[in-house]
Order: sequence, then structure tokens, then C-alpha cells
Amino acid sequence: MDNNWPLWEVFIRSKKGLSHKHVGSLHAADADMAIENARDVYTRRMEGESIWVVESKDIVASNPSQQEELYDPAKDKIYRHPTFYDIPDEIGHM
Amino acid sequence: MIEKNLNQIFQARIDSEEKIEARDWMPEKYRQTLIRQISQHAHSEVVGMLPEGNWITRAPSLRRKVALLAKVQDEAGHGLYLYSAAETLGAKRSDLIQQLLDGTAKYSSIFNYPTLSWADIGAIGWLVDGAAIMNQVMLCRTSYGPYARAMVRICKEESFHQRQGYEIMIALSKGSEEQKAMAQDALNRWWWPSLMMFGPNDAESKHTAQSMAWKIKRKTNDELRQAFVDATVPQAEYLGLTIPDADLKWNEERGHYDFGPIDWDEFWQVVKGYGQCNKERIAARRKAEEEGEWVREAALAYAEKQRIKKENQKTKVA
Repeated sequence: MDNNWPLWEVFIRSKKGLSHKHVGSLHAADADMAIENARDVYTRRMEGESIWVVESKDIVASNPSQQEELYDPAKDKIYRHPTFYDIPDEIGHM
Repeated sequence: MIEKNLNQIFQARIDSEEKIEARDWMPEKYRQTLIRQISQHAHSEVVGMLPEGNWITRAPSLRRKVALLAKVQDEAGHGLYLYSAAETLGAKRSDLIQQLLDGTAKYSSIFNYPTLSWADIGAIGWLVDGAAIMNQVMLCRTSYGPYARAMVRICKEESFHQRQGYEIMIALSKGSEEQKAMAQDALNRWWWPSLMMFGPNDAESKHTAQSMAWKIKRKTNDELRQAFVDATVPQAEYLGLTIPDADLKWNEERGHYDFGPIDWDEFWQVVKGYGQCNKERIAARRKAEEEGEWVREAALAYAEKQRIKKENQKTKVA
């Protein structure tokens, strides 16, 4: 039997109203222990007020070797940004 | 008694500006109000693609075409963020869509007006998105966390929508006499429906008081409408266009523009399904839903096939 505890990914909500952000990983035997360990390891300095844990094997990630084909197409679509459009200064913020 | 306590604790959290999150206790009516509001907001994003989609193939230049394509694509994304936010409250996407298709859920009545000329694309970006932004900036501070966060994302993306619309309006109003007339005609047709987007007057609005107490809304319909008029009048002046309201004038004392009465009969007619394009819009959504059915089925069948394949490989190795 494999005696290694599984790896968990930890997400912390730093402040009420914000979304959870990935902060790191840890080992734990089950989900409850993962929350306890995350609390001990990742919130010692008031880093947050809510914790999510997800077993690392359940995370599906994009393939790093597909960098260009996935993200390059957005590069030349400058018309998706507000600054692409000419609005005279006297109109102010729009 | 326990329910009463929970309600009091909930209201205290709201009063102290805490965000409510998906798994927190909330009054059933708060949940239902949010599901209704967020899903109708999502439907509006999706139905809102139809009047603008009408002009993608006929945009007057490549610059205008890529901008409009990108905008309509954004609206689809906004619909997705919002449906997902509603689902955090336990709603099922298929139920929400069914409510749109069978008419039990509403969407913004502005999208039941037709887009007759290219200038309408300018007017929609400028006025309709401008009005939507007023509402959405307020909703960035709504009390339900997932909704507020979706709105922050949407507002960031929305800025270009209004700017591309206003840029179209500048080009037309500084163009030939015919182009200027097109811009004025579009403003004439879209002005009043844009003011109606904020909903009934405060005195008539049945949801406002509770929504304000729960901080789902932070400003009333009339406050938002006034802010929109105040922001938009100078923009129309810059274009050299005339807002179709004889009563519109600056009120020094109030520090706001006064404006004429809104034709609420027209508003309710459109809400109840008798606008110019209500039938066409719902028919288009039904067609999309029916024609997409086999795609959804095929995707599930393919996923199932992949799952079985993987399982078989595992047993072989074992």
C-alpha cells in the first residue's frame, strides 16, 4: 500500500467579498485534515477568512506546450480594449 | 423563533457590509430574488446579442465589424458568468433557460426594439450599454459575493462597448447630412426605451424596498435613471444631436436635468410581450435551443465514451 498522503491545492479568500486565490499545496490524509493543515500553514498571519482545498489530482490544467496556440490569438485583438476607440477628452470618462 | 434569529443575523451581516457567499444561510426570499434577478440579467445578455448580431455581416468597415463581433462575443460571455452565478444559488441552468423560452422569465425589454439602420448599433452601444453600465457599476457592490464578482468582470469588459458605440455616433454625426440624419433618427428611437431600462418609477416598483434593504440594489430606479440622463445629455450635445424630449432642461436648483414623463403604457406593453420584436426574439432563442440539442447530446455521449475507454485501459493494465 502507498503510505503517502495525497497532495492538496489550497485556495484562500483573503478578505470578505473577494474570490479565493491559489496559495500553495500541502499533504493531508483526507479533506478535513487538509483544511486543518491549510489553516495552520497558510493563515498564520491573518492571510484569509475562508479556505478551499481540492485534491491536486482533481485539478485539470491546460497544456504548457500549447502556449502559442491558446493565447497568441488574443494578442492582435486590440479592439477588445477600451483604449482602441477614440473618444475626445471633453467627453471625459466613458 | 430560530428562523427569526437567523434572519436577524443575516440582516446584521448585510448591514455591516459583509458579502453573502453561496454556502451561507440566507432567507429563501433573498435566494429567490437573486435567482430571478441574476437569471433575467443573464437572459438579457443573451437576447441582447440578437439585435446587434443583425448588423455584423453589414458593418460598414472591417474595423466596425471586428468591434461588433467582439462586443457580441462579450455579451455571450456575460450571459455565461451570470448563469453560473445563479447556479451557485442552487438554480439549474436548464430550468432557467426553459423559463426564458416559455416566457415566465423576462429579459430587458429594450431588446424587443428592432435595429433598423447601422446608426442603431452606435445608439445601442452609447445609450443601451451606457444605461446598463449605470446599473452594473452599482451591482459591483451588491451583497451577494458571486454576483458582485461577476459584475466586476463584466464592467471591465463593458467599457469598450459604450466607447465603440459612441465612436460610431461621432463618425455619423460629423459625416454627411444623411449620416447625421441617421444618427438623429437612431437617438430618437432609442432614447425613451433606454430610460425605461431602469424600470418603473420608485413609487411603482414593488421589489425596490426589499432589494435595497438587502443591498442587492444600492440605488433606486429613479436615482440611476437621473444619473444616466445627467451623464448622457452633454454627450448628445457634443454630437450636435437633439434628445427627443421638449421638457429636458438643466435644473440649477436640483443640480440635475429635468426630463419629461415616460410613456409607461408602452413599457408595460413591451414587457407583456407586445413589443415589435418579442416574438422574433423568443423564436430565435427557441430555434437555437432546439438546433443545439444534438450538440449537447453528442458532447455527453462522447464524454461517456472516453470515460469507458479509460476504464477499459485501466482494467487491461491491472
